[in-house]
Amino acid sequence: MAGLTLERVNKRFGSTQVIDDVSMQIDNGEFIVFVGPSGCGKSTLLRLIAGLESITHGDLMIDDQRVNNLTPPERGIGMVFQSYALYPHMSVYDNIAFGLKLAKQEKQTVDERVRHTAKLLQLDGLLERLPKALSGGQRQRVAIGRAMAREPKILLFDEPLSNLDAALRVQTRNEIARLHERLGSTMIYVTHDQVEAMTLADRIVVLNAGHVEQIGTPRELYERPASRFVAGFIGSPKMNFIQVTAEADAEQGCRVEIPAVGQRALPLAFSAGSGSANEATLGVRPEHLIPTPSERGEGLEIVNVEYLGSEAYLYLERNDGELLVCRTQAPSPFQRGQRVTLDFDPLHGHLFDHDGRAVPPLERHAAPAAAQGATS
Amino acid sequence: MTLRRLKSIALTIGFWLLVGVLVLYAIFPFYYAIVTSLKPSSQLFEVSYWVDSLDFSNYVTVLSQPTFLAAIRNSVIVALSVVLIALLLGLTAAWALGRVRFRGRTTVMMIVLGVSMFPQVAVLSGLFEVIRTLDLYNSPGGLILSYTIFTLPFTVWILTTFMRQLPDELEEAAIVDGASPWVTLTKVFMPLLWPAMATTGLLAFIAAWNEFLFALTFTLTDSQRTVPVAIALISGGSQYELPWGPIMAASVIVTVPLVVLVVIFQRRIVSGLTAGAVKG
Amino acid sequence: MATRQPTLAQTSAAQNPGGAVDATQPARPRRERGTRVRRRRVRAAWLFLTPMLIGLALVAGWPLARTFWFSVTDASLSSLEGANFIGLENYLVHDNGWYGILADPLWWQSVWNTLYFALVSVSLEAVLGVIVALVLNAHFRGRTLVRAAMLIPWAIPTVVSAKIWAWMLNDQFGIINHLLMTLGLIDAPRSWTADASLSMWAVIMVDVWKATPFVALLVLAALQMLPSDCYEAAKVDGIHPVRVFFRVTLPLITPALLVAVIFRALDALRVFDVIYVLTSNAASTMTMSIYARQQLVEFQDVGYGSAASTLLFMIIALVTVVYLYLGRRQLGGGS
Repeated sequence: MAGLTLERVNKRFGSTQVIDDVSMQIDNGEFIVFVGPSGCGKSTLLRLIAGLESITHGDLMIDDQRVNNLTPPERGIGMVFQSYALYPHMSVYDNIAFGLKLAKQEKQTVDERVRHTAKLLQLDGLLERLPKALSGGQRQRVAIGRAMAREPKILLFDEPLSNLDAALRVQTRNEIARLHERLGSTMIYVTHDQVEAMTLADRIVVLNAGHVEQIGTPRELYERPASRFVAGFIGSPKMNFIQVTAEADAEQGCRVEIPAVGQRALPLAFSAGSGSANEATLGVRPEHLIPTPSERGEGLEIVNVEYLGSEAYLYLERNDGELLVCRTQAPSPFQRGQRVTLDFDPLHGHLFDHDGRAVPPLERHAAPAAAQGATS
Repeated sequence: MTLRRLKSIALTIGFWLLVGVLVLYAIFPFYYAIVTSLKPSSQLFEVSYWVDSLDFSNYVTVLSQPTFLAAIRNSVIVALSVVLIALLLGLTAAWALGRVRFRGRTTVMMIVLGVSMFPQVAVLSGLFEVIRTLDLYNSPGGLILSYTIFTLPFTVWILTTFMRQLPDELEEAAIVDGASPWVTLTKVFMPLLWPAMATTGLLAFIAAWNEFLFALTFTLTDSQRTVPVAIALISGGSQYELPWGPIMAASVIVTVPLVVLVVIFQRRIVSGLTAGAVKG
Repeated sequence: MATRQPTLAQTSAAQNPGGAVDATQPARPRRERGTRVRRRRVRAAWLFLTPMLIGLALVAGWPLARTFWFSVTDASLSSLEGANFIGLENYLVHDNGWYGILADPLWWQSVWNTLYFALVSVSLEAVLGVIVALVLNAHFRGRTLVRAAMLIPWAIPTVVSAKIWAWMLNDQFGIINHLLMTLGLIDAPRSWTADASLSMWAVIMVDVWKATPFVALLVLAALQMLPSDCYEAAKVDGIHPVRVFFRVTLPLITPALLVAVIFRALDALRVFDVIYVLTSNAASTMTMSIYARQQLVEFQDVGYGSAASTLLFMIIALVTVVYLYLGRRQLGGGS
């Protein structure tokens, strides 16, 4: 088990910059999830850490030792692959034992480790089977067992659940969480599924186009996204974005002019820049939009109501044709075709500037957040 | 009966007629060789389309010739050695060409493909010199060496195609487990490639078994010949009295194993040929 | 509670207060030439290639170079070492008239024979191969058996098939003559392999018989990879099958057919064994390979024979280069 530090890590394939100056510090025993859309570089970053790709420049440290030039086993990592990549011609036992044997362990040690690992993952009865005689979930566990057997300092997971069906995915997700609890080892997990990221991670790293958008706990990411990208990526249904004009206000932070809603004050430290810098994007999560039935036909029309049992989503069509999503309790008191006016709690409003960066809260609101940031 | 129905019946008959003609065309010569080989020499010159009586005297004649038995032994030794060498060198080369990106890979592949298109006669004099220098003239060793010129390129080519089809993650898993390239090749890939190796080996075997020009040129005495040369050189009292019965018997003897192999492994052979040609 | 993580530019400085890297001055770029894993793999790749490359150099590269050298010497089989450089005299020399290969009518006849043989046999094999492949692609009872039967000519050693056909084509007792006379197509036995006007056709017939399965198999593989939905669409639209074949099938199998044809053409251009066994060194069927071998081995004139070999190599190299150029894109692919 070990901590891991990335210092300005870069990766280029030819002239394409795949990983762009990524730095982070991962503590011993943390469960870190890399998340982002496909092509954002999350798998490449994992493979750089594993030692399967070379770092173009920058430093990778494990336990304060620079490991750029070490092979994967020398780095002390184990890895679970997306396709599991079990050796098809070897039994479960041999799959788990392969790395141990290559490490020139005593026969007895190998046997003990394999049986111990198998027991931990409930593979005891399957040791003599070939991978093709296993179910998807069992193969998944063998892949984890193979990665764990050498007791690596860091366990890496590359989208390990993407080949499982939905029900098995939830179950395996739980098993991985419990495994982390029991082993206490550092784990790095790559996924494009934000639900997996939110449920498993101690901290999430959101990647976009090769750079880090934000690092933080699931709650930090959800409640205080650092950029419009993160705000849109985390949370389902997606956060609603509305183009607004904003101006700084000494008293209240800033005032925004929202089309069809009016002027609202937000406790955010907005400062207008040059040019079109007054333009900003207001972001409000579906659960923070408050719909009110309109009396005189003003407001927006509900074009669809989705009933999900525990909650319901209202889809409202804006004048420009874009949809807004609003989350209400179920059954919803609203119906399709009805017109509603919208409002929101200014404390739950997010504002993103012209470059998509989040406008920070006013000093008095930001104080507790700053204290938190130092620990992460 | 409608016209449509008549037409469909005519089409069916036509199709089966075509199948029949093609099958007949494909197998008749070999069938006729068997028929001839089972005739006593007295009936040889009366044309007949089937076996009237079983007579194995031609087989007895051929198999009692020590030179023919030596030829079979030489052919087996040469073909098996060639298969072994081609697979060994081909497998390691295929790993390098199929799984590693490195500078010069395309050049090496071009060389391999280029050599596979060499006309044999273009290297005849140079190879003759090499074989004589290595003191391998008139011995199976010389043939084993020279046959690598055509078996090695296509072995490398076909195995590279199969090697590329193995998933990348499998190799990465082996790397993470601490396997060296040699261990990855022998412990992980080879067990998975054995069907491909069987196919390639079979093709190499057939090629070596059938080769004629080198075998004719690089051997001198009857005891060192291979089967194709031995058959080509069977002669009678004069050029106009070739002993056709024994020739056909010898032909059947050396061909039956191949035909059996090909019929059993037809699927594999087809996949090997297409891997070497279409995807290459 | 909530915190705001610095993005991009601020990240490194904020995450490593007082760390080794200061965000205000760019880190010294450290260019790595790949991980150790990668370097080890490239080294292993060359190591693994070495035996093959040595093998090819020994049996192909060096002998070819020697052939080129011999072609400009007066080497003979008995004295390879004592060869003297004579320039291009083996190819062409003027000494009271033109001498050398390029002035030898027999060479030009063998060039013509080779080209004629290659063109006719490969064309026939292509047409027959497509027909056989179409038949094998149809679904009918016993298809596997028929396919196995089609493979038999390919499996029979060339020398053996040449001998079998030589027997079938035998002028006095051959079954072909017997059959044709029974059917009344000819009235006297023909001397297929000895008659100069017929022997080329005999040779072509045997080659077509033997090589058609190869073409058929490659075309069949392509046929089986065709998407079935375009056929269903054509069927629904009621397009005539013959039209479908020329408009849909043929264009789609053309690449595979071309590959097969090029492989066959290269084989046909260097043909030796079928012809040597059937008609020996007869001028009417002499190909470039047979011409070169006769000079080299039977006349023991290594210099002259090597010059012929060199010319043959050049012709085949030209075809190969064209093929490589066409197939170049496929080479770069893969992992």
